[in-house]
Amino acid sequence: MQEYQVYGRTVILAASACESARLMLNSKSQRYPNGIGNSSGVVGKYLHDSTGADMGGILPQLFDRKRYNEDGVGGMHVYTPWWLDAKKDKLDFPRGYHIEYGGGFDMPLYGFNWGIEQLNGSYKVKGKQKEAGGYGASLKEDYRFFFGASIGMAGRGEGIAREDSYCEIDPDVVDKYGIPVLRFHTQWSDYEIKQAKHMKETFKEILTNMGAVITWGDDDGEHNNWGLHNPGNIIHEAGTVRMGSDPKRSALNKYSQSHDVKNLFCVDGGQFVSQADKNITWTILALSMRASEYIVDQMKKNNI
Amino acid sequence: MNRRDSLKALVVGGLAATTLVEACKQPAKENAAETATGNQPDQSDRMAEEKAYAKKLAAEPKFFTDHEMATITVLGDIIIPKDDISGSASDAKVPDFIEFIVKDMPNHQTPMKGGLRWLDLQCLNRYNNSFIDCSHTQQMEMVDEIAWPKKAKPEMRQGMAFFSLMRNLTATGFYTSQIGVKDIGYMGNTPNQWNGVPDDVLKQYGLSYNEKELKECISFDKKA
Repeated sequence: MQEYQVYGRTVILAASACESARLMLNSKSQRYPNGIGNSSGVVGKYLHDSTGADMGGILPQLFDRKRYNEDGVGGMHVYTPWWLDAKKDKLDFPRGYHIEYGGGFDMPLYGFNWGIEQLNGSYKVKGKQKEAGGYGASLKEDYRFFFGASIGMAGRGEGIAREDSYCEIDPDVVDKYGIPVLRFHTQWSDYEIKQAKHMKETFKEILTNMGAVITWGDDDGEHNNWGLHNPGNIIHEAGTVRMGSDPKRSALNKYSQSHDVKNLFCVDGGQFVSQADKNITWTILALSMRASEYIVDQMKKNNI
Repeated sequence: MNRRDSLKALVVGGLAATTLVEACKQPAKENAAETATGNQPDQSDRMAEEKAYAKKLAAEPKFFTDHEMATITVLGDIIIPKDDISGSASDAKVPDFIEFIVKDMPNHQTPMKGGLRWLDLQCLNRYNNSFIDCSHTQQMEMVDEIAWPKKAKPEMRQGMAFFSLMRNLTATGFYTSQIGVKDIGYMGNTPNQWNGVPDDVLKQYGLSYNEKELKECISFDKKA
């Protein structure tokens, strides 16, 4: 393996929230003992992900559907944006979530038609009560009968960015290139757990009212944080190189430029102070465009 | 560009896509022919890492013995036999799929290998033969002990768990093959043929398109 050093007039980090923080925290020198651009000490802190919880079932009124050109239903077809902003004072959690839907004649993939024994003994197939499980021509009939009747709901919400949810350099462990890796200290607060509870109650209400039979995701409760996915599972990690107007409490200014090092920028999820319940990519693109225009402007003025 | 023009552009785009699909067919055919001869570069539309991974799996020694593969083949064809509509699990190369998937997902290895062993031990005790050497009647008698979760005797539970896994893997292998996709009637991803949900289906569920949708949505059989 060959080691290279590259010099640049401007350095723009777009390595993903945690990797950018890792690069900065590992870039220690006498001048920057806490890592480059980290005089505030916030780099690595305020790490947060979207929240997520899911539930699904089947719609008996859709059994034995006539086939036609349908590629399943997804977030492109049906989507529920957060609808309780006006009533947020009455909720026991501060931030919202949206709901994505799935189901229908989805393309068969790995896992397709698993667990047929939970369906084919519970519902009449073509008017006939069968025994759960089985094999043979009768089983093939069952697979056809139940295809296209599934429905799933996924809630994706806003988690709160907190100083005590963070990543830092692991003092003992390096990767295969010999570079120290991150270790993580993240956990949800009551806010996200209560939000997940609200998601589950909402999913159940909608599924039940549309006549669905819930087949998964309905056995959650306090014991497992209402099925709330672990931080990191929704892969919207952000907040580790946050921007702000106060250099003591943020690493970047509003142009994604380091307060401490004027030719250092970070344009990925790291710069987020908070994220709404939406996926973060579009905002990353918008912030990158603003940073790019600013860089061109500053270069023309010979400021960087 | 107004709305009408953009719809026209969509039609043109659709035609262009059809041409592209046609253009792509040729190398796919060549690829299939080369597959038959057994040594060809992987032309699938995958990332280099995926290709390297697929090659690595293919180069691994066989996980199942010939005897185990024969047992998987018999079981697979009991689960999904040929019927009026489609072929059997082995017609769809389900045993090859199972050999692949246990390498790709090693968590299936012990339950599969152990389950096959469990089945043979049961058959040796009952019929003094391994499963594949039993008569068809004996095989079906054995399968009936483990194929019906609610009726299975407590001492058959491990066999039942194995059969359920075998049924799941067979279903995935079969319905992700061309034979299975046709059988299940998955038509999605058929480009340039979308004219909305068919009328009789809408009627069946007491639904209909409104005038705005009918006016503004594209109709392919008239325009394309």
